[in-house]
Amino acid sequence: MKPPIPVIPAPVWRSFKDLQEWEELHQSRPERGDRFSSTFESLTEGIHSFPGGFLVTAPADAFLNWARKSSVWPVTFGLACCAIEMMATFASRFDVERLGMVPWASPRHSDLMIISGTVTIKMAPMLLRIYDQMPDPKWAVSMGSCANSGGPFRHGYHVVKGVDRVIPVDVYVPGCPPPPESLLNGLLLLQEQISHFRKTGDRRPANDKVD
Amino acid sequence: MNETDARARIATDFPDAVVAAGGPAITVTLPAPQWRAFARFVKDTVGCRFFSFLSAVDWKDEGLEVIAYVENTDEHVCVLFKTRLGAGQTACESLLPVYRGADWMERECFDMFGVIFDGHPDLRRMLLPDDWVGHPLLKSYAVDTPYPPYR
Repeated sequence: MKPPIPVIPAPVWRSFKDLQEWEELHQSRPERGDRFSSTFESLTEGIHSFPGGFLVTAPADAFLNWARKSSVWPVTFGLACCAIEMMATFASRFDVERLGMVPWASPRHSDLMIISGTVTIKMAPMLLRIYDQMPDPKWAVSMGSCANSGGPFRHGYHVVKGVDRVIPVDVYVPGCPPPPESLLNGLLLLQEQISHFRKTGDRRPANDKVD
Repeated sequence: MNETDARARIATDFPDAVVAAGGPAITVTLPAPQWRAFARFVKDTVGCRFFSFLSAVDWKDEGLEVIAYVENTDEHVCVLFKTRLGAGQTACESLLPVYRGADWMERECFDMFGVIFDGHPDLRRMLLPDDWVGHPLLKSYAVDTPYPPYR
């Protein structure tokens, strides 16, 4: 004799109302962002425009960029099959920790987001939310054909045709999926790009090798 | 009930149904009003307790066709039953009172094809975002419909 089939009530849609209210609070508060950055920028602009001031700002830039590029922490964020290659890159054989990268499971402590895989239209708002939660300065590496342009799913109905429609991207890594060597090359190019990052004073023109 | 007996019972109990000869599964084409009654019969009488899948086919001008596949895993009897809803029709009987496994399948079928399952208590979108417009697996859906900023 079969046991009676239990009557399961229909699931109730649970909206994340608290999280939404929390984010609204943080987006609308008056002292949003780094309140010292504008003071710092005007100070460094003043030093840089002073005759001979570049002697101060250029080593400061070099030091800050060395510090930034030596400790780029990617957020642990895998989307599709490219994430397998990303995990291989993080693991012992390719070992991104020798580049100063620690895969970190929180966007609030991370500097880099590797978009590893297909971004669907349903996933794009979540991706944008995670990207918004990362503190400045932050970078994004688009990994694989799907994240670059939509890839083989470009003519599908549900795929974002390139993640650069959602967030700004610094380095595009081609491949389907890119092997760990390709991603490692992309991360080295990103470090090259970060070393030309100008927060203080004028921005140098972009590196030919990078762009 | 083995496959030979099942074919005989289907022929006597559902004279309107068209049963295809041979094949790996018993393929039955039903008129749409007998959809749930046939599912009830095939579960209780034939013993097909495993609900494998439910899907739909868009035959353009001839309308939608809903397909379900159930299996009797004890005696290896597989039944594939399908029905045409008719041109322009989207209403179909829900199999949820018979099979609990039809819940998400019917939600996905509604999501992709826009089939309205009568009797389903919670017919929402399954895979696509809640604010999606249209049903993308219909032949009439334009893939290049703008969806800024993503498409």
